[in-house]
Amino acid sequence: MKTLEELQAIRDRMKTQMASRGAADGDDIKIVVGMATCGIAAGARPVLNAIIEEVENRKLENVKVTQTGCIGMCKLEPLVDVIVPGKEKVTYVHVTPEKARRIVASHVVNGNVVAEYTMNAKA
Amino acid sequence: MEELALNILDIACNSVAANATKVWISVSADTAKDLLSISVKDNGRGMDKEFLSTVADPFATTRKTRKVGMGIPLFKAAAQVADGMFSIESEVGKGTETKATFKLSHIDRMPLGDLASTVVTLIGTAGEADIVFSYTVDTQNYVFDTGEIRKVLNGVDINSPEIIVYIKDMIDENITRINGGLIL
Repeated sequence: MKTLEELQAIRDRMKTQMASRGAADGDDIKIVVGMATCGIAAGARPVLNAIIEEVENRKLENVKVTQTGCIGMCKLEPLVDVIVPGKEKVTYVHVTPEKARRIVASHVVNGNVVAEYTMNAKA
Repeated sequence: MEELALNILDIACNSVAANATKVWISVSADTAKDLLSISVKDNGRGMDKEFLSTVADPFATTRKTRKVGMGIPLFKAAAQVADGMFSIESEVGKGTETKATFKLSHIDRMPLGDLASTVVTLIGTAGEADIVFSYTVDTQNYVFDTGEIRKVLNGVDINSPEIIVYIKDMIDENITRINGGLIL
């Protein structure tokens, strides 16, 4: 059973990790998931959860996962942006949990954009 | 939408967009009354009467109401097809409460779905706002409160993947416990 006491232990461990890593948010890779009605209806929530799980399983400490509202491309939802500092933003379209896991492994971890899932590939 | 948890997420996102600092989500099933009640309440900026009268009608959407869009009509329809009621009350400067009821055993009632995912997704979109999630089946009740979690975390980001995954499992375990074998 998950408890608040155990959460406290996780907190203490994370605080130690954060102290040793030093806070440099500007160097973080950002993953942004579209989460308006259109995104939610198209399946954005399981996509977001898959990304969070993948980031957690791989213990990626320099990755921030965030959400955004409708950006007006509803028919391409679920949409996921990957922003690597110093590089152009990459937008993935019609993302599924499986595609999301591959995006994390290939693009976020290894730096290889998954070209066939990007908006440009669909256009 | 395939599950009520997604409707709840969508409605609660409106609360966050209305600058709420606190969002209360309540899901309550009463098997004796064959009734499922869902409420999403916030202390956001609220809506005036004129705006309120149009939010449940998707065809009344104008540029001004675009931010509301389809979310509320979809939730209302989900309640109505399951012999339920839908209401939305709001006061400018005070907040909004959206309520829906469903006949629990109705063939067209959507399943509740993944409520734990909805709550953690909402935490991710809510920034500093606190989420209180209350889940009741008959006499059993579980309350999850991000205020309590933040106190424990003492400065560690609640949206760190490790924390979010832990919280999601915690909520899931408690829902399963409250359900006591029931599938809702």
